[in-house]
Amino acid sequence: MTSLDTFRMGLLDPGYPVPKGLENGTRQAAGNRYDVYRNNVTHSLIAALRTAFPLVYKILGGKSFDTLAPAFVRAHPPRSPLMMHYGAEFPQFLADMPELSKFGYLADCAKLDLAFRASYHAADTVPIDPTVLQSLPLDVLMQERMLLAASTRILRSNWPIFDIWRFNNVADAPKPTPQAQDVLITRPEFDPQPYLLPMGAAFWLNRLGMGDTFEQAYDAALAATPEFDLSKSLIVAFQSAAFCKVQGF
Amino acid sequence: MLDSTRQFDRLPNTPGVGYKPQHFKQLCDDPDPVEWIEVHAENYMGDGGRPRAQLAALSERFALSIHGVGLSIGGEMPLDVDHLKRLKALCDWAKPASFSEHLAWSTHGSEFLNDLLPLPYTPATLARVADHINQVQDTLSRKMLLENPSSYLVFAASTLSETDFIAEVVHKTSCGLLLDVNNVFISSVNLGISASHYIDAYPINHVHEIHVGGHDTQTDDSGAPLLIDTHGQPVDEPVWELLKYTLGKTGPKPVLVEWDNDVPDWPALQAETKRIAEVLAA
Repeated sequence: MTSLDTFRMGLLDPGYPVPKGLENGTRQAAGNRYDVYRNNVTHSLIAALRTAFPLVYKILGGKSFDTLAPAFVRAHPPRSPLMMHYGAEFPQFLADMPELSKFGYLADCAKLDLAFRASYHAADTVPIDPTVLQSLPLDVLMQERMLLAASTRILRSNWPIFDIWRFNNVADAPKPTPQAQDVLITRPEFDPQPYLLPMGAAFWLNRLGMGDTFEQAYDAALAATPEFDLSKSLIVAFQSAAFCKVQGF
Repeated sequence: MLDSTRQFDRLPNTPGVGYKPQHFKQLCDDPDPVEWIEVHAENYMGDGGRPRAQLAALSERFALSIHGVGLSIGGEMPLDVDHLKRLKALCDWAKPASFSEHLAWSTHGSEFLNDLLPLPYTPATLARVADHINQVQDTLSRKMLLENPSSYLVFAASTLSETDFIAEVVHKTSCGLLLDVNNVFISSVNLGISASHYIDAYPINHVHEIHVGGHDTQTDDSGAPLLIDTHGQPVDEPVWELLKYTLGKTGPKPVLVEWDNDVPDWPALQAETKRIAEVLAA
């Protein structure tokens, strides 16, 4: 085992003894000087987690969040120097915690936070002008394929995830009531925005994102969700600037 | 889009600031702005959005230093080639006047530990660090600057002093140096060495940039003072004195104030840059 292997052993384990071979400036054992590195590693990862999951942090409160965060950072240290991607395992970690079992929606809140962050750092794209599509004859339009903007994220939830986000971020927003909700996140400029999707629209958008024509995606969405409303779904897609290009245009 | 006609070939010998996004407007609106800024490379490795847009705008106006915190130059594993490619892409895009990294490690196995961790100063470490720096310089096709660490402890296995180690790295790689005088002061107090002797022994002719920053004061098990490199408060008076001493040896250099935690409003940071200007002019 090398010096650095030994040094690593205690960094994320507060019960691990201070590694041998570390000294202060007078050749005495390093003692709590090693704890500076322990604290730096653990606290910097917890701070990154707080920044990355603002909705979960707000719902749990700082004290509860900081109580559970050390267990996560010790079990799941980052795998990349790109801290903007840290925390992909956090939703499942929350879902697996027995003490959070009555907060079943928290894992989806963490997924929503992840989606916001991914959207924030996604590539810039130019949204399509809706009038370009409106000018097309319907039969032509239905054979077109759309590209979703790189910042687009779609989250399907069995919880009222959009209302939970609003309740925690918008003044006087109503208290969420039990229902499943699908959310579209896009980034019109620099700040990602959430949009509540009508029934079936998440499926429809996903099909468009996979390369279906309008007609194929519409038929599939209608088959999956008889209540699917194309015009309502198109309005949300255009309002949110989710489409960035029509192939051939 | 970046303006490809813009060129800042070197950092000016003036005060610079570690850029924080909350200061974007004040920095751009400042009637007497700093001439250069420094950013952490990894914060700008996303695909787009505000960070890249701000960096593009700032790059056209300020000379830029890109300061890496994720390469793990001292790590025992080969450098992360994917991360090196990201770094090259960022440097090719932003065209910084300077690129710097740390004499430290942060990656172990598949883990990134998000801190600058210390190294034993041995011939084996020296060979590894030199190989890694050569790889970085070859990949980026530019000289990189290596920053000295702040130390809270030493490895019993070390056989070289930090200054001898750094001098040897320079000899083997022809890299430049980023001398963090706050780190020197922290290490001097924590390890009971003389800060001015450290500067005297340091390969001072290879310094291209200097850092100052704030630190916190705690105590170790024996009650001895233990300074912590927090970058979370104003620069301490002894560090200003050490900066004067250092500039007396180097002559004018680009001097950056780092303030990464509990980031203040712009005027507080601006005040630190004015103080740097005073020291540079003395």
